[in-house]
Amino acid sequence: MSDQVQAAVVDDYIPPGPFREFWSYFCGNRGALIGFIIIVTVLLAALFANFLTPHSPYEQYRDYILTPPAWQDGGLWRFPLGTDEVGRDVLTRLIFGGRLSLFIGMMVVSLSLLLGTFFGLVSGYARGMTDTLIMRAVDIIMALPSLLLALAIVTILGPGLINASIAIAITYLPHYVRITRASVIAETSKDYVIASRVSGAGVLRLIFITILPNCMAPLIVQASLGFSNAILDAAALGFIGLGAQPPSPEWGSMLANALEFIQRAWWVVTFPGLMILITVLAFNLMGDGLRDALDPKMKL
Amino acid sequence: MFSFLLKRIGVVIPTFIGVTLLTFSLIRLIPGDPVELMAGERGVDPIRHAELLAQMGLDQPLLIQYWHYLTGIFQGDLGTSIVTREPVMREFFTLFPATLELSFCAIIIAVSIGLPAGIIAAVRRGKMTDYTVMGLSLTGYSMPIFWWGILLILLFSVGLGWTPVSGRISAMFWVDEVTGFMVIDAFLSGEEGALISALRHLILPSIVLATIPLAVIARMTRSSMLEVLREDYVQVARAKGLSMPLVVCIHALRNALIPVITVIGLQVGVLMAGAILTETIFSWPGVGKWMLDSIYRRDYPSVQGGILLISCIVIFVNLTVDILYGVVNPRIRHNR
Repeated sequence: MSDQVQAAVVDDYIPPGPFREFWSYFCGNRGALIGFIIIVTVLLAALFANFLTPHSPYEQYRDYILTPPAWQDGGLWRFPLGTDEVGRDVLTRLIFGGRLSLFIGMMVVSLSLLLGTFFGLVSGYARGMTDTLIMRAVDIIMALPSLLLALAIVTILGPGLINASIAIAITYLPHYVRITRASVIAETSKDYVIASRVSGAGVLRLIFITILPNCMAPLIVQASLGFSNAILDAAALGFIGLGAQPPSPEWGSMLANALEFIQRAWWVVTFPGLMILITVLAFNLMGDGLRDALDPKMKL
Repeated sequence: MFSFLLKRIGVVIPTFIGVTLLTFSLIRLIPGDPVELMAGERGVDPIRHAELLAQMGLDQPLLIQYWHYLTGIFQGDLGTSIVTREPVMREFFTLFPATLELSFCAIIIAVSIGLPAGIIAAVRRGKMTDYTVMGLSLTGYSMPIFWWGILLILLFSVGLGWTPVSGRISAMFWVDEVTGFMVIDAFLSGEEGALISALRHLILPSIVLATIPLAVIARMTRSSMLEVLREDYVQVARAKGLSMPLVVCIHALRNALIPVITVIGLQVGVLMAGAILTETIFSWPGVGKWMLDSIYRRDYPSVQGGILLISCIVIFVNLTVDILYGVVNPRIRHNR
């Protein structure tokens, strides 16, 4: 009798799939879950910005310049977070700014992830001279503080959102190259790779199909943290006038424009910065959670 | 030890050459040649243009130009600023003490708060204190410091009137430059109130610049401390009946500090990047603000020289930290 019960229990037990296991770890981390929810909210707001707000981010209500937020004296519910120095709705601009920030994050991460992984794979697989050359280049990029290098590149390319993203992507390349290279070197000597090579797999198949999937975990973590760095750096570039150019509603450049009114209108300065902080914090929380879920060994 | 030193220095040389290549190409990749840039909107006639190019050695092959650039660097010649006509090297080193003072103060704040905070979080792991410290440090790590600086100015300078908004010392004082560090110079000047004024100017920018390093140091200290606390020798010390504070401070801290020292060294790059933003917000007359102003003024020789010098400083500090690391931790010295 008891044998049967035992057997039935064992039969019913299905080990959780890799995704399910990851998800249960991820949800166990409350911070990561909060981060994830914030990111999804910002993402949805950015996607449906046109339906969420009746105003355009560029429309200037000249009769309502520097209206305070709705809950303050003189505030209007028409402009919940007030208006800026030319009468544009701050909330609308913040929502549309989310679009730009997420776009920059996406662009920077995909650029540096693609290029970085490529160079890392080549460097780790080929070794020798190629490896040395790539790693020296990486050392050079790493010797420069990221914002300084980004400034230098923007000086060459000229200010603007796209150029700023390219500049930031280049400054974050080294992380991806190093991570990929390290895991490629660790994986290449393992039996399954040797087995695959012995059975006649070509170089491309070895690199992209056999080795690469096993290097993904640290790369995913780095990409998630890369998002936050990209958003922060892009905002800094926007703030010093070398990133997104006015009148685009990028959070950093909104802050820069509002500086003159800092004493008269606290809301034009406070909210864009708060949005940067919340979004960056959300990505960092999620990155930490991903790191714990994907690789328990890698913790800061 | 000697071979370890040589190896470390050997790795740095290609990096240094790479950085010079980068700064060398920077000025040549910008649209328009230096003569046109100097002439600005006035323009310059073709004959004079060619003359000036030849005078500056810009008509020679790139390789020879690079050689001249490189030998110039070793003789301390980084060109002259287009705007002020001053040698870039001199401009940089007149402003550098201000940045150094700010960074030094910031790193003191970051270490003196970050280190204890990380230790406390590790010791009280999983408790409210741990969550608070970690939450705060992640917030600090995510902070757009340019906004943080503005908020602090709004609160302490505009709202409460405790600190001045910008500069290094009140205009009431005329302090002779002795060391270049305003706080020390103000102290040496003996003028009443000068030291207080210098400190009040220094405090807000230092806090802003310290924010990110502080967060990084606290996080690193916590995780490194947690690792060490798990070790057998710590358990033995506890089993012998030593109190927890004693075990942490005497036994664990020494080993926990090793990775933290590296991280503190790595913060130099962060500080230099942060200085650009912090100095701009607080009108602090250091190299960060000067770099940015040079970019706005299209003063490319200054930008070029500034980037080169700042990266050299970062490379040098990282090398020193690397070597120190080998001195502190013999395992590293012999492994590589």
